[in-house]
Amino acid sequence: MSAPATSVPRGSARRGSLAWLAVPALLLFVCFGVIPLAGVLLLSFTSWDGLGDIHFAGLESWQAILADPGLPHALWVTFLVMAVSWAVQTPASILMGVFLAGSQRYRAVLAVLYFVPLLLSHAAVAITYKALLDPNFGLGPGLNLALLTQDWLGRPWLAFGVVIFVVSWQFIPFHALIYQGGVRQIPRSMYEAAELDGAGRVRKFFSITLPQLKYTIITSSTLMVVGSLTFFDLIFVLTAGGPGDATRVLALDMYKRGFQANLMGPASAIAVILVLVGLALALLLRRVGGRDASHSQLEGA
Amino acid sequence: MSMGLPLGAALAACGTSGPTRPGATSTGGGGGGTTATYWYLSTQPQEGVRTRTMERFNKANPNGRLVGTTFQNDAFKTKIKTAIGAGQAPTLIWGWGGGGLRSYVQAGQVEDLTSWFDQNPAVKDRLFPSSFGAATIDGKIYAMPCETMQPIVLYYDKRAFEKIKAEPPQSWGDIMALVPKFNAAGIAPFSLGGQSRWTNMMWLEFLFDRIGGPEVFQAVFDAEKDAWSNPIALDALTKAQDLIKADGFIKGFSSITADSNADQALLYTGKAAMMLHGGWTYGSMSTDGGDFVSGGNLGYMNFPPVEGGKGDPSNTVGNPGQYLSISAKATPEQKEIAKKFFATELMSDESVKDWVGTGAVPIVKGADAAFGSAKDAEFLKFVYGIAVNAKTFAQSWDQALSPTAAEVLLDNISKLFQLSISPQQFATNMNAVIGK
Repeated sequence: MSAPATSVPRGSARRGSLAWLAVPALLLFVCFGVIPLAGVLLLSFTSWDGLGDIHFAGLESWQAILADPGLPHALWVTFLVMAVSWAVQTPASILMGVFLAGSQRYRAVLAVLYFVPLLLSHAAVAITYKALLDPNFGLGPGLNLALLTQDWLGRPWLAFGVVIFVVSWQFIPFHALIYQGGVRQIPRSMYEAAELDGAGRVRKFFSITLPQLKYTIITSSTLMVVGSLTFFDLIFVLTAGGPGDATRVLALDMYKRGFQANLMGPASAIAVILVLVGLALALLLRRVGGRDASHSQLEGA
Repeated sequence: MSMGLPLGAALAACGTSGPTRPGATSTGGGGGGTTATYWYLSTQPQEGVRTRTMERFNKANPNGRLVGTTFQNDAFKTKIKTAIGAGQAPTLIWGWGGGGLRSYVQAGQVEDLTSWFDQNPAVKDRLFPSSFGAATIDGKIYAMPCETMQPIVLYYDKRAFEKIKAEPPQSWGDIMALVPKFNAAGIAPFSLGGQSRWTNMMWLEFLFDRIGGPEVFQAVFDAEKDAWSNPIALDALTKAQDLIKADGFIKGFSSITADSNADQALLYTGKAAMMLHGGWTYGSMSTDGGDFVSGGNLGYMNFPPVEGGKGDPSNTVGNPGQYLSISAKATPEQKEIAKKFFATELMSDESVKDWVGTGAVPIVKGADAAFGSAKDAEFLKFVYGIAVNAKTFAQSWDQALSPTAAEVLLDNISKLFQLSISPQQFATNMNAVIGK
């Protein structure tokens, strides 16, 4: 770069070079985000079995999908998975995060242990749980525990519960990690002031820790909620959407239509719906969290 | 899609050992001559037979070799579809015939072999005629039937029957009468890997056939309006639900999958007394089941008749064979290699013997001559007998129907077995996808 002569071109040159830095990211996003998305949108207006020629079919796929009782059901299951897994994971992760934020050594050891489930792939976790929950050869019959010997994946609500449990088991450590970071950023001085005023542990948690974690909660919730839209591998291996369609979430419905029933048009329509729902949720959570989620509450301290 | 093609072309251009790009003139290759590609399933012991067959062919034809790639069962189903859709299919397309083959045919992706079979009657006459049904689409043959026939068999544990002092069922009434007896003895009457869905379907296939004959499902296949509402169909669906309500299947059957062979394990560990399953499970039960098979505890029979039913009790369902098609996108040289493979090694005496060694019956007429020395001769003769005597060897429904209809079918079958829909609702749901 040549030496700057005057201040005016120097400013614009710097701005230009900074904008250039965004090109690789933009290029990647366009190639692997926008173009496939446009492709899916186009495909949703066609009829294609994945083998032959693609025919333009107008709104046929959309009409078929929107009239199919399977869609509201899949939406409802997706919503339930989202809501219940959020409701289970958030309190557990906050408590665990607060616990792990302490600097005691045994907590550091536990933090490493808690982190292990996150290192395992979804498919491996699902296969393992499926084997453990087998009503004839699994953990329950092996240990002769009647309580554990249930038709875990064969009763609609049990299967749903198992999905929530496995999802939580795997992701609570991750969100606990986020909360741990959040808790550690809360200034000590706030707690000291509260202690001087005679606040106990519970009071400090509800009056300082929780409000201070507001933006961490929003970040973690966004990840949970949007992430739960894409649960596929875990459910696919664990229950394959069954029994019946009790755990058939949107992503699974899309796969089954597209790759098992050879209906790429309707599957693409579901993909578009998934994208829209995901976008709407992310926007909603941003709205709830105020305009700038990275905004800090620390100034007041 | 639009991005995928140039990328695929680029990959094929730089790979020397990668799959040969169909349509490209592949005459080079270091003096090795032309090669044709062949994808097949990696499950043992079948994989070994396929590999050895291919190697024998390659030895005899050094200038027109086959290059094989193996895939795991479910991965294969998706992969082959994607490859065909992208115009990157292997020369030889392995499959189950029926509805899947029809979708390839409709997309113009596989060669019409009718005239080739007319010119090579010896190849055709060697094989069981019943195996050609699933290879024939609208009167034309699009695949070479090969490998083995796998009828669905009713297996039972002789020890369990001794325990309750009963005889194997001779009719549907016997089955229903055996259910409470086995339950009282603490043995589940039937093992079932219900999560896999097609396992439940085998029950419906036999009930439909025994009550009303093959015509009932044929009407569905022929896209007759409201074919599922046939009173015979409703009767069969009701009977299936009756068996479930009577606790005929092991508790928690919806949690059990067939992929893990847990359903077979229930039979050979003595937890269940009977199991309706494919002929291929004989081999895995003899390897996994300890001395269950070798000790003579495994019994097998064709599905018994239903009282008052019109179906011929000799009929069977299952896989009448496996099928190899030739990709329409392959080069003429590759097609030549493929046809040579069909005519010579694919079902040669050598490979027939090899298949028999795995405990399976090849689809070749007179294959029973090779049974004498086999250790599973008795079972092999039984399966061969079923195939020879069957008036109809129907193809599994999910293979016979189009993938679209098959998915809806399996979906509704799993709900039917959950008792979450009635036979009437099942029929209504299924009528909606007839002909799709």
